Amino acid sequence: MNGAVFLAVYSRDLRLAWRRRTEALLPVAFFLVAASLFPLGVGPDPQVLKLIAPGVVWVCALLAAMLSMPPLYAADHADGSLEQLLLAPGAGLAVAAAKAAAHWTISGAPLVACAPLLGVLLGLPSEELPVLFGSLLLGTPILSLLGGVGAALTLGLRSAGMLIVLIVLPLAIPALIFGAGAAAAVDAGQSPSPHLSLLGALLIACLVGAPPATAAALRIAVE
Amino acid sequence: MNATSLNGTPAATSPPPPLPSLRLVDIACRRGDRLLFSGLHETLASGELLWLRGGNGRGKTSLLRLVAGLAAPESGQILWGDAPTRRNERFASQLVYIAHTNALKDDLTAAESLAFLARVHGRDASAVALRAALVRLGLAGRERTPTRSLSQGLRRRVALARLALETAPALWVLDEPFDALDVAGTATLHALLAAHRARGGSVLLTSHHLHLDAEAVAAGLRVLDLDLLPRDAGVPA
Repeated sequence: MNGAVFLAVYSRDLRLAWRRRTEALLPVAFFLVAASLFPLGVGPDPQVLKLIAPGVVWVCALLAAMLSMPPLYAADHADGSLEQLLLAPGAGLAVAAAKAAAHWTISGAPLVACAPLLGVLLGLPSEELPVLFGSLLLGTPILSLLGGVGAALTLGLRSAGMLIVLIVLPLAIPALIFGAGAAAAVDAGQSPSPHLSLLGALLIACLVGAPPATAAALRIAVE
Repeated sequence: MNATSLNGTPAATSPPPPLPSLRLVDIACRRGDRLLFSGLHETLASGELLWLRGGNGRGKTSLLRLVAGLAAPESGQILWGDAPTRRNERFASQLVYIAHTNALKDDLTAAESLAFLARVHGRDASAVALRAALVRLGLAGRERTPTRSLSQGLRRRVALARLALETAPALWVLDEPFDALDVAGTATLHALLAAHRARGGSVLLTSHHLHLDAEAVAAGLRVLDLDLLPRDAGVPA
């Protein structure tokens, strides 16, 4: 992997996001608004809300991550930057990894930071908040990595946004189950560590598998 | 012209090894279900400039993309010296490909855009070198302007400033580099091309702005005309 390309792409994407701060905050706003709709929809019963809170937070985080995926490669593809990036020696992997890392920093990390707030809003007991936080900390990078594959596969297609969601959501189901399950386990008086361990294993698998798949899809897209 | 600013760096102690030749062996190119051309043989040696000509839709850009390694030919081989160009790190580090898109980001300044491209391709991205390159392309005072507020010609100049960063012999593959340039910009690009060939670099370019006059031929300009190559029957000439 070309480290110089990784650093150049990562720092450029953060700089571009900083120049468009309000746009970068939209997924977080969606996350907060969507999750706070649930008390209005299912009613204010604290018992019900407490039960569904981990799942609600996780599903909303998943959807927020997917919503921010379509422009990940589309802008670079349209203005010719992607071609230039892929021409550099050994750059495919570096571009895929840097893009996923930048996406997580810009969209994933704020979701993780906001999650405890939503947990409190939904009446989650305080001992479950760190578990919810930890599960999202492990889980949102998985979403960024898988989303990168989806974004690369749908590059140049019309209605890419919807296709990304349809491609990535089934792949993200294990992360959702173990992520939401970790907090539910605490609620049931069990240890969350098996769930978190499995989530960590998923993250490692995605770290190894997703960037090469993304790089291959990008090469096909520019051809 | 600001021709002096780039030569301020001390010369490398040992001369770089000579640039390999680019060899196109029996290339055929397909785009969709149409054969654009076939049976293309060509060699581009160090110091040469090859002007790719052909009508619209004859596959000039497609051939440049084949050479750059962004697409694979239908048949035939593209060699850098004796090695294939695909997945060839040495070739990748000696190639400068500038497409008709400028690969600039609206939200970055001219200097930031150039710095990004230089870093990605392993070129000198120091502030001094970047400034010298932008000044060379007549962009003095515009280094900190976001590229979105630059005109088409100025954006082209920012993209071409990459050429002014080059110090080693390389293969330049340029898709319509003269497009949108004014007289001064055209003269700068000609000077960059001449300096590049003088240090042993080779150039493959398309252009509607070159002229095949006696002066150009004397300077070693060669022409590759895609209109003369066989293509699919049934396509009106």
